[in-house]
Amino acid sequence: MSTNGIGTELIEVVDLKKDFGKLSVLKGINTTIKKGEVVVVVGPSGSGKSTFLRCLNLLETPTGGKVIFEGVDLADKKTNIDLHRQKMGMVFQHFNLFPHMTILKNMTIAPMKLQNKSAAEAEKLAMEMLSRVGLADRANAYPSQLSGGQKQRVAIVRALCMQPDVLLFDEPTSALDPEMVGEVLEVMQDLAKEGLTMVVVTHEMGFAKEVGTRGIFMDGGHIVEENNPKEFFENPQHPRLKEFLSKVL
Amino acid sequence: MFFLNAGQSSWDKFVGDFVFNLIEKDRWKYLWNGLGVTLKITLFAVLLGILIGMVVAIVRSTHDMTGKMKIPNFICKAYLSVIRGTPVMVQLLIAYFVIFTSPGISKVMVAILAFGINSGAYVAEIFRSGIMSIDKGQFEAGRSLGFSYVQTMTLIIMPQALKNVLPALGNEFIVLLKETSISGYIALEDLTKGGDIIRSQTFNAMFPLITVAVIYWIFVAGLSHLLTIFERRLRTSEH
Repeated sequence: MSTNGIGTELIEVVDLKKDFGKLSVLKGINTTIKKGEVVVVVGPSGSGKSTFLRCLNLLETPTGGKVIFEGVDLADKKTNIDLHRQKMGMVFQHFNLFPHMTILKNMTIAPMKLQNKSAAEAEKLAMEMLSRVGLADRANAYPSQLSGGQKQRVAIVRALCMQPDVLLFDEPTSALDPEMVGEVLEVMQDLAKEGLTMVVVTHEMGFAKEVGTRGIFMDGGHIVEENNPKEFFENPQHPRLKEFLSKVL
Repeated sequence: MFFLNAGQSSWDKFVGDFVFNLIEKDRWKYLWNGLGVTLKITLFAVLLGILIGMVVAIVRSTHDMTGKMKIPNFICKAYLSVIRGTPVMVQLLIAYFVIFTSPGISKVMVAILAFGINSGAYVAEIFRSGIMSIDKGQFEAGRSLGFSYVQTMTLIIMPQALKNVLPALGNEFIVLLKETSISGYIALEDLTKGGDIIRSQTFNAMFPLITVAVIYWIFVAGLSHLLTIFERRLRTSEH
């Protein structure tokens, strides 16, 4: 790809397989994610797209294949996954903020414990991040006092406080009330503009088309089609993608 | 108190019983010293129980979540099965007459070990239910930030789990305080035994035993009250 700002390989996925017991969910995934890309992964439910995403940071242990991140195979049992996860942020469908900590603490605990940042340093960074998403005034609130959209914005900047090289989004707007989807997508769009590498599993086709630099369509544990967003959405080749798009668009 | 309605002569009898059972020959010392023994056993057994319970709970839930630690998990399960499948009094007697027979070990120590090991089994299951009650997403969020398994457990899961199980844990301590009343079976002079000794000296059953009951009740009620305050404080920290 020659799109502006897209650089070297960041994640290389080689013949990735994942079985849950007898059920084969990923049947050999091959793809490469480059720096600065915004890869949107779409597909019907049960197609394996969330499992694919969760295999990238080993929240699911692959049954076979490789996930090479910055030159290291994460699927190798000898790899210290904790170290590499610090460089891959993740945003979940259900936010997963820590309810027993304030928003500020949610954001500073990982940089302080894992990157040996001082409280002052970590808080400064967290406050900058919170200001960016318009939530600086909620720093001392607890997650239960926030709306869904606010929680997800905090979850995104919590991941950013670790200054990751890639951010993985697992259906980040699926659990939100419709009127809150926009505020979260806006934050994601800003991050994409700044050149953050993102892999986004989503049902938001408008966002995928507008912000994505590449679309991946998964079905039955395979990548069925991948292309730039314009071709992907306007000129789909595979009949399954055509059918899928006709249903969701 | 319970004699007040019956008039002056009952009051006199109450005062007479009080003096006879507690004041004469310093018999109150049986209760006072017994209370000390009861509290000592309970306090250290609680601490031992928490320690054992925490370790067993972490082993068990680690096994449940990751499939690792098969052998430690097996040992823990055997421990839980034996302790929860036999009466605590039988355990106490076995501890005293079979296991810790060395004269170098005091009876109080035997009781602390027996009650602590017993309580550990119940506390373990309380902790485990607390850990399992935390949404899996919390664990994944911790790990995805780069925290290790142990860091995720101690920084994110356990603080929340502890809060969830506090009422059950408090109840276990109350049960333990009362359970130590069987310590007399290994000839320990705890609060209950103290009351019983007075009964055997004065041939008055009601006064010393009711007094013992009231003392237990005061401690249990006090403990319940403290727990309520503590729980409320934990809850307000979230809102």
